[in-house]
Amino acid sequence: MDFTLSDEQRMTAEVTAALLADRCTGADLRRLMDSGAALDPVRWRALVEMGLPAAMVPESLGGLGLGEVDLTPVAEQCGFAALPEPLVELAGVAAPLLAALDHPAARAWAGRIAAGEAMAAVGHSCQPFVAGADTADVLVLCRPGEILLLNAETVTLGRQPSIDPFHRLFAVAFDGGDAIAAARGPEADRLAALALDRGALFAAAQGIGLAQRAVDLSAAYAKARVQFGKPIGANQAVKHHLASCQVKIEFARPVVLAAAAQIGQQDIYSRARVSHAKLAALAAADLAGRTAIQVHGAMGYSWATDVHVYLKRVLALTGAWGDEAFHRRRVSARIKGRALDPGQVFAVETA
Amino acid sequence: MRLAYTAEQDAFRAEVRAWLADHVPAERLASFDTAEGFQAHRAWEKVLHGGRWSAVTWPEAYGGRGLDLIRWLIFEEEYWRAGAPGRVGQNGIFLLAPTMMEYGTAEQKARFLPPMASGEEIWAQAWSEPQAGSDLAAVRARATRDGDHYVLNGHKIWSSRAVFADWAFGLFRTDPASERHKGLSLILFKLDAPGVRVVPIQQIDGEAGFAEIFLEDVRSPVDQRLGGEGEGWTVCMATAGFERGLMLRSPARFQAAAARLVALADRRGADAVQEAAVLQAVMDADAYALSIYATASRLIAGGKIGAEASCNKVFWSELDVALYRAALSIKGAEAELTGPTEAADGWMDGYLFSLAGPIYAGANEIQRNIIAERMLGLPKG
Ligand SMILES: Cc1cc2nc3c(=O)[nH]c(=O)nc-3n(C[C@H](O)[C@H](O)[C@H](O)COP(=O)(O)OP(=O)(O)OC[C@H]3O[C@@H](n4cnc5c(N)ncnc54)[C@H](O)[C@@H]3O)c2cc1C
Repeated sequence: MDFTLSDEQRMTAEVTAALLADRCTGADLRRLMDSGAALDPVRWRALVEMGLPAAMVPESLGGLGLGEVDLTPVAEQCGFAALPEPLVELAGVAAPLLAALDHPAARAWAGRIAAGEAMAAVGHSCQPFVAGADTADVLVLCRPGEILLLNAETVTLGRQPSIDPFHRLFAVAFDGGDAIAAARGPEADRLAALALDRGALFAAAQGIGLAQRAVDLSAAYAKARVQFGKPIGANQAVKHHLASCQVKIEFARPVVLAAAAQIGQQDIYSRARVSHAKLAALAAADLAGRTAIQVHGAMGYSWATDVHVYLKRVLALTGAWGDEAFHRRRVSARIKGRALDPGQVFAVETA
Repeated sequence: MRLAYTAEQDAFRAEVRAWLADHVPAERLASFDTAEGFQAHRAWEKVLHGGRWSAVTWPEAYGGRGLDLIRWLIFEEEYWRAGAPGRVGQNGIFLLAPTMMEYGTAEQKARFLPPMASGEEIWAQAWSEPQAGSDLAAVRARATRDGDHYVLNGHKIWSSRAVFADWAFGLFRTDPASERHKGLSLILFKLDAPGVRVVPIQQIDGEAGFAEIFLEDVRSPVDQRLGGEGEGWTVCMATAGFERGLMLRSPARFQAAAARLVALADRRGADAVQEAAVLQAVMDADAYALSIYATASRLIAGGKIGAEASCNKVFWSELDVALYRAALSIKGAEAELTGPTEAADGWMDGYLFSLAGPIYAGANEIQRNIIAERMLGLPKG
């Protein structure tokens, strides 16, 4: 039993955080928003050069062969920065999915992603649209009983505006003849289930980062903004709002890490843990996002500060990769279906 | 990161489980807030100690097993799973002892820890005073040096289990000219020493669960001071760190209650609102457990408890209230029943006690101030 991150894991997250603190500031986000472009090529290059898209691709395909626990703290930092580029889904969902498909075309795509030469986006029957489809070279569509590969040139994309300007959602139309069925039947469903869990896990990790950013921005503002002759943060009402957010963060983060460590079980316990992580992290992010608006007053209700950007990312992630009702059902299934005595925290299904 | 028990840890769990199966009393003991219940719980502490299970994290020399915090968690899980009695010696074993290990002299440890482990000497915490609740630094009780003794005078209050306990660890002003956090010392005294008068206070459930302690020229040898003279505040805060951070409320307590809540909902049926509350309670108990496993791992790797301990206290106390409140809702018109009837299955008592959680060990309002000021850097009000 060891519930700590390794030095390497912490360091990768720190390096990512430093890069994003430098290249993903509020001003950077505004510039990208104004330009309407899907990504900032300089920042994207830097992230690719760090090897992040290759993280979860096996070494045999040119990747780094890392796992969910390694990528979770990185995803948290991407949330903290509200990174516009779809790095987390590319590295955490699309790349390992392509690598696991028993089809040469899929593995070739995984290799190209690891090499920083291609991007992919994943559509999933748990959600209506495909995020990041416009920057993808290949689309992977997980549908009941089949996983399809579609070359981006063969599909028609219909943009679906999201409240989060950086959550680029698309309806995807295609001609069935252009699709490669890379998996079918139970194998397709197994991989699709894992993709969903990864999507939910990394959305949760980003939620933790978003929540912490909202709290940090608010704490900084509360120290600087003076009313009635003192900083607003000297008032307990303001302190207690932010403390409540911090408590939620502290008790969501270990759930997210545990979900990352257990995701490979793919059993009723790990699915419930992933769902709990998604619910707890996004609940923390929801409270922190709303609280940040309140603490900033009218500033928070305007585009004069960045807090709305973080809130909007939270709103986008809350329903992504399984909505709240879906995840509550999965937790409920575990609670009702298996013993709950103390001592079952790390239970694994035995055949 | 490796979230699986080793074979040795599994074997340890099996050993604990087997011992508890043979020894946990079949009948629920009377409340340790009654004279009869206190003695029954003291007898249970002796049984636990006989198996060397009363203080598993302590060094063997003092009656423990020298186990690490992961095994402490496993032990606690099995303890609560078995429905074993509440720990009447908890304030000594879980709060005073860790502080004594850190600040006590070799003589103090040898003198006080073994009888604490065996239940022969049960300890009460005597910090609060009528005018010093949340504002603990306002304590006035004095300890005046007289040769190799301190002479204690003052009025302590809300001291849990002091009515029947043997010893108390109290916070006293050793420097009469001092103010606030300075000039305080932590001094141990016998509750039956001449000049000590213990007056029971009825708690919300009507039992004498805590007491006032009046001290009039009570003599306590100087070597019963824990830590340096004038260092009482630092020593107390170390205790408070253990109290809020880790040992006062092990996660298994809430997991066991959550499991009972699920069974209750299953038996009696629950509507959508109640279902949602049950789900939240189970998730929160689980989150608390994961967080404590993470803290335990961090401490084993050489880390320290910090301001985040204040988050723990807020989280477990609020989850506890919500959990018991959900149970009352599910019990409906039977929720108010009390006494030894079948329908009164402890949920109401549990609910009432849960309401103390946000108050003791530092009220949650104070904890939120600490979180805001120490973790988030907000200015003092
Ligand atoms: C069941 C139980 C067992 C206890 N056991 C012990 C024991 O064994 N030994 C011991 O020494 N003590 C014990 N206590 C006492 C406990 O430590 C105190 O109750 C606690 O510190 C709060 O002090 P108080 O009750 O005087 O409340 P007060 O300090 O009077 O507070 C009353 C209310 O005002 C709020 N408040 C106070 N100051 C502020 C502030 N600055 N900002 C915002 N809100 C504020 C509090 O949060 C609280 O809600 C116990 C208490 C209980 C309920």
